[in-house]
Amino acid sequence: MSGPTLLEVRGLRTVFHAADGAWAAVDGVDLSVGSGEVLGLVGESGSGKSVTGFSLIQLIDPPGEIVAGSIVFKGEDLRGATAERLRALRGDRIAMIFQDPLMTLNPVLSIGEQMAEAVLEHRAMPRAEALALAARALGRVGISEPETRLRQYPHEFSGGMRQRVAIATALLNEPDLIIADEPTTALDVTIQSQILYEMQKLARDTGTAVIWITHDLAVVAELADRIAVMYAGRVVETGPVDLVLDAPRHPYTSGLLGSSAAMVEPGGRLRQIDGMAPRIDSRPSGCPFRPRCDRALPLCAEIDPPPTPEGPRQYRCHNPVPQAEAAP
Amino acid sequence: MTAFILQRLIQSIFVLLAVSIVVFFAVYGIGDPIELLVPPQVSDAERQALIRRLGLDLPVWQQYLTFMGNALRGDLGRSFVHGVSAIELILARLPATVELVLLSMALAIVIGVPLGLYAGLAPDSRTSRVIMAGTVLGFSLPSFWKGMMLILLFSVLLGVLPTAGRGETISLFGIQTSLFTANGLKHLALPALNLAIPNMALLIRVVAAGATEAMAQDYVKYARAKGVRPRRIVGRHVLRNILIPVVTVIGIEFGSLVAFSTITETVFAWPGMGKLLIDSIYQLDRPVVVAYVMLATLLFVTVNLLVDILYAALDPRVKLAGTRA
Amino acid sequence: MSLSPETMTPVRAGVLKRLRNRPTLRGAGILLAILVALALLAPVIAPQNPHDLAALNVMDNRLPPGAASLTGTTYWLGTDAQGRDMLSAILYGLRTSLMVGLSATLGALVIGVAAGLVAAQFGGAIDAAIMRIVDFMLGFPSILVALVLLSAIGRGVDKVVLAIVLVQWAQYARLMRAAAMVERRKEYIEAAVNFGLPTRHIMLTHLLPNAIGSVLVVASVSIAGAITLEATLSFLGVGVPITQPSLGLLIANGFEFLLSGEYWIAVFPGIALVLLIMSLNLVGDRLRRSLNVRS
Repeated sequence: MSGPTLLEVRGLRTVFHAADGAWAAVDGVDLSVGSGEVLGLVGESGSGKSVTGFSLIQLIDPPGEIVAGSIVFKGEDLRGATAERLRALRGDRIAMIFQDPLMTLNPVLSIGEQMAEAVLEHRAMPRAEALALAARALGRVGISEPETRLRQYPHEFSGGMRQRVAIATALLNEPDLIIADEPTTALDVTIQSQILYEMQKLARDTGTAVIWITHDLAVVAELADRIAVMYAGRVVETGPVDLVLDAPRHPYTSGLLGSSAAMVEPGGRLRQIDGMAPRIDSRPSGCPFRPRCDRALPLCAEIDPPPTPEGPRQYRCHNPVPQAEAAP
Repeated sequence: MTAFILQRLIQSIFVLLAVSIVVFFAVYGIGDPIELLVPPQVSDAERQALIRRLGLDLPVWQQYLTFMGNALRGDLGRSFVHGVSAIELILARLPATVELVLLSMALAIVIGVPLGLYAGLAPDSRTSRVIMAGTVLGFSLPSFWKGMMLILLFSVLLGVLPTAGRGETISLFGIQTSLFTANGLKHLALPALNLAIPNMALLIRVVAAGATEAMAQDYVKYARAKGVRPRRIVGRHVLRNILIPVVTVIGIEFGSLVAFSTITETVFAWPGMGKLLIDSIYQLDRPVVVAYVMLATLLFVTVNLLVDILYAALDPRVKLAGTRA
Repeated sequence: MSLSPETMTPVRAGVLKRLRNRPTLRGAGILLAILVALALLAPVIAPQNPHDLAALNVMDNRLPPGAASLTGTTYWLGTDAQGRDMLSAILYGLRTSLMVGLSATLGALVIGVAAGLVAAQFGGAIDAAIMRIVDFMLGFPSILVALVLLSAIGRGVDKVVLAIVLVQWAQYARLMRAAAMVERRKEYIEAAVNFGLPTRHIMLTHLLPNAIGSVLVVASVSIAGAITLEATLSFLGVGVPITQPSLGLLIANGFEFLLSGEYWIAVFPGIALVLLIMSLNLVGDRLRRSLNVRS
């Protein structure tokens, strides 16, 4: 399914400055996405998955700053790109869908204007033509009477409808990559699955690669080709989604699977990972997952485990879950 | 929409009524106007005749009804000093005040909005701090003092602008205005600037706060993620959101501009209705004071109504209160 | 464990700059204390009693700053048209301005707090009536209300104070009502009511002391407003009488000489007024912010 490499991220490090130092929210992330591939970027809140998403299009504002790493998109390192070059890529080649559809649309501008500008800022064409494109995109995400809808304002749309607007907007320029930052978490479950279905279909139809950022393993299992599990600002395990979810090697992935309701057999007990994800300003030494890990060794307190490749997957653990007992 | 306007009109009439009662009793109720009107050498019989003629022998509430009856016919009494209708006297001075107020509002917007936008978009720059510190002075220094300092600087030290009075006027649709003559504008510059300063400071604050807030909103970040150019983000997404508080400020401050023009007109000897009010207070010309307050109130409520309608037109989320089912 | 501080980048430098403390307003506090002390001590330290016409020498009129009088003393800030020492006039004027500002604020505070408390305690028609009056008062520019009132009752220190009280009480009433309403919903008040304590007792010993804090803080900012209003009214000639000039009236008296270059008669009292207003504003604002009260 995945074509040639579209995006290659190496050693990405994004910090947030404070009076007494800087805290790394993204701490050496490696990712790669092929053309037309759907990558699920999974983690608890505070794991740095959203900051990673924003870092990819360099939409990080002070006190945040990207301090290290390379982001190579279609052979071009975006970290060396000018502001204008980044602007030209955003929304055109790399589109983004935000988490909260209630906050992302400007309340005092019409839907039509906010959709049309996404086209007009990248391509010179008559306004009417841009609006026609917008209407067609709205139709594609299942919004009826798109011409009327374009003249309306965000407050006249429900949350689910607004997120469809955001998805339609992302599709307008037929981008190579869509970064979707938990686009369905603010919506109720039925709308969530509808939108998931539509997204998957659209990505397939248009050949657009998708990075789907979520805390929900069920969503990833349904949607993604590959998965990257983030913990404490780094990718702790990555690989084909079936392989990783069927037989996780990292104790954290295994724990996440255990706590994910949809993965539990009917009648089985829901397992919790003990403890809380570490705040980004109070990480332990060695492996960051060690305090919550029931497989921790003395070594884990001293040396941060490096990425270990194993076939098509990679994990960062000194004492990985044995293959046989992986699935809980 | 119609229901809303009707509702606000009724409210406005009540406000006018309340003002008329308060002002009538405050100004006529205290002290004896006859003492001011009648020279001491006038005989007692003539004095009584005058009292009857002016209706001052009637109970106070009846005097008020007479006053209101006349007011409804557009007659707010006759100036004790000038002997002409108080309304006519004020209306003759109205163009001078209106052009002063309009120009100062325009100055406040033209200078205040860009400065506020700059301060809001780059809040940590040195220039922004200077601008924000300036707004504190603009707010808190007394208007008459700022006016005097403007005169000292531009008239006395630099000698570039006249100190007082209204310049050449030309007639436009039957109204005398100094807005379209060079000499007139020169005379208008300092008073208009002085009257504009507090509102300029207020607009800078409002726009800066609005811009900082809007820039931090998700919709701005989203617009950036769509690749919208910074110029359009500021000019359309941010400014369109700031417009709402700006219009509110302009509306609210319009009334105080008319009121504060009394101070500026006094400092710059500007022959508007504010100067007339102060002169009338000195000369105990009560009908003019009462007429001024009534007209000023009428002006306030009218402008407030217009602002409410404009406000609803600007913000799609606002449904005018009266249109509720 | 904290991560090691990153190397200094432009972004980091900007963040640190913003985090650094803004300069303290101690200077404003010291200035205010000096101004208040000068006003209090005016009769002791002023070289001349500016209200005593016998002490003035008309031959000394409109002397520039630093000029010597006929009797040999120095007029450090010059003299006015009556030959009055400006330094003395400013010290006494400062006294009048502060006195008017403080007593007007106090008066407005007492009336406003009482009205707000009554509105909050009794609610219903009483509350509605009081708040209607408050809305009405706040709907008009203060300068206009004060001007019209003074046009009816004439000028005088007491009358200016009355006018300022009239335009300022409403804002305190609104604040007090809001604060008292919040307080009334708390459990201890409900307990006191259930216990059968008399209404007056609840109002004065529970509601008042617990709700008045934020009102007092706002009042501290409003003193500057009261002083500005007094100065403006006096400048317009409807404020304090000529026999007891405040800073505003001193400025008005010097205005006509401004154009002929005898700037000191208006400018020095003006500087005193500006310093007084600015220091009051800064100190009051600081107080408001450190106590986290929104006006």
